[in-house]
Amino acid sequence: MSKVDKHILLRHHEIPDIANIKTYQADGGFETFRKVVSTKMDPVELKNIVHDSGLRGRGGAGFPTGLKWKFVDDNNWPHYLVVNADESEPGTFKDREIMEKNPWQFFEGIMVSAYAISANDIYIYLRGEFWELAHVLDEQIELMKKEGLLGKNLFGTEYELNIFTHLGAGAYICGEETALLESLEGKMGQPRVRPPFPPAVGLYAKPTVVNNVETLANVSLIVEKGANWYRKFGTEKSAGTKVFSLSGRVKNPGNYELPLGTPFRELIYEHGGGIIDDRPIKGIMAAGASSSIIVADDKALDTPMDYESVPDVGAQLGSASVIILDDTVDMSWLINKTTHFFKHESCGKCTPCREGAFWMTSLTERIRSKKGTMEDVILLEDVAKNIKGKTLCALGEFSTEAVLSAIERFPDDFDAQVNK
Amino acid sequence: MNALLEKHTKDIEDILKKYPEDQKRSAVMPLLYVAMRENGFVSKQDMYDIAEIIKVSATQVASIVGFYTLYHDKEGGKHRVQVCNDLPCALRGSGEYLEKLCENIGIKVGETTEDGLVSVESVMCLAGCDKAPMFQEQNPDGVFYHEDQTVESTLELIEQWRKQEAK
Ligand SMILES: Cc1cc2nc3c(=O)[nH]c(=O)nc-3n(C[C@H](O)[C@H](O)[C@H](O)COP(=O)(O)O)c2cc1C
Ligand code: SF4
Ligand code: FES
Repeated sequence: MSKVDKHILLRHHEIPDIANIKTYQADGGFETFRKVVSTKMDPVELKNIVHDSGLRGRGGAGFPTGLKWKFVDDNNWPHYLVVNADESEPGTFKDREIMEKNPWQFFEGIMVSAYAISANDIYIYLRGEFWELAHVLDEQIELMKKEGLLGKNLFGTEYELNIFTHLGAGAYICGEETALLESLEGKMGQPRVRPPFPPAVGLYAKPTVVNNVETLANVSLIVEKGANWYRKFGTEKSAGTKVFSLSGRVKNPGNYELPLGTPFRELIYEHGGGIIDDRPIKGIMAAGASSSIIVADDKALDTPMDYESVPDVGAQLGSASVIILDDTVDMSWLINKTTHFFKHESCGKCTPCREGAFWMTSLTERIRSKKGTMEDVILLEDVAKNIKGKTLCALGEFSTEAVLSAIERFPDDFDAQVNK
Repeated sequence: MNALLEKHTKDIEDILKKYPEDQKRSAVMPLLYVAMRENGFVSKQDMYDIAEIIKVSATQVASIVGFYTLYHDKEGGKHRVQVCNDLPCALRGSGEYLEKLCENIGIKVGETTEDGLVSVESVMCLAGCDKAPMFQEQNPDGVFYHEDQTVESTLELIEQWRKQEAK
């Protein structure tokens, strides 16, 4: 049995040498995969376990993983599992740590998941910047082939499983699952019109599950220990632990794996050591650059970090990339940064996002250089509102979150910048 | 003749094997990385060669080069120093680091040193926000992370590259 103490995913904190396959196997590693395949477990049973565990997608949307798997069309073959390792949301650096520090659990998770959706081929789509990591994964895949964990006729059964890595080349939008599939097919990474969704029509027009690295890294332990075991962590509707990437104006930035439902205060002040120079905290972005900015008052600090509670303070948990802002941060500067990001990353497919990102950037530029007026701030708000709800993918929406919340919740920062 | 295929036959065969028989177009991204191994950018001829290997038009290959930021169609510095100056890093001093670094090297963001050794670029989040300031080094061999940087540590690294060049 695998030993689990405080961490389910960042288990290298308890087992420092877990990146060594021998250590991982000595701890019961790959036994779940072996059991699932050699006993020819019914994939439906596996989908049920994951569904019952309450596991939700860790890539941002929080969609129930088992439910997604149940949508896979069993009248169309082959099936593919595509692992989303694009990790490009500003402030997110958790998938990288999981793959670097606890690689075999990541692999076992994706292998059990592939079996559950009856896929024989897994593609791991990594952002191009993870070039070194991709080469390490390639070596580890070769090792697993030698160990008889990948390839044809696994454990004497009919089952065949292969894993391939695929490197992106610098495009945030390729984290969006349909843009990712386009990119993997050798095209420009631009989102597809949905429906159909990937479980019906995905990679090469075949049924495909796209899941985040962190989501899938949970799966082998859930199958080994059962849905009820997993539900012991977290809250009723947000089960399990989550890796929070903490960055910005804190003393100890880094990844912290905590049960979902842990309050912001504990993450920031206990684990993160508090604010740099013990300054006052001003705002929190919980989902990277795509977040609304939460006013960091006592109510917000006591809010549990789970999918249901964060909306109560006017934001989303998303990928749980928690960026901390202190009183040195000017929100007009901040949205100049985020609008630049989205202008750079808009794929250009739909007009409101493409043009809107351009105008929002020009306006924030003007306001920042103190040449703006209150009319520019009003216009900026208007442009942002006109993007919302009119774009093909969520990037358009994301680009407006920081802008709208900054203007609404931190008006003083704009008053100070503009000529009245 | 297809120069790219001839030069990297084994690697290209291995890449093509990753994708289904009728989906070789998927190989365009890894093939572009192979092409960049020569001198850090993709030439017109490379685009024709790749187009021929995966049976698409050279224009389609060019559109991929244009879409993704890690592919270059022009020569830059041998070592591209791609400093992250996105929001989380900027909250931890990447802006100042980038400015001082450029001052010390004597070039502006987007420029290349006269000897062609180093270019400095400002890029978006690289998933290393807790180790800011940081940059990735893109060179013909690949992409390499350098985290928890100071201006001094980066200048030292550049000095090492310069010495390697001199050998
Ligand atoms: C603009 C945009 C960027 C995204 N980037 C990522 C990403 O880098 N990694 C990721 O796992 N999901 C990302 N997503 C979410 C994916 O579209 C998709 O929901 C996710 O991969 C599904 O996996 P999950 O259910 O396991 O979270 C992004 C979505 C959008 C709209
Ligand atoms: S919203 Fe933006 S990123 Fe998404 S499809 Fe439209 S242009 Fe592309
Ligand atoms: S913001 Fe620089 S690595 Fe994330």
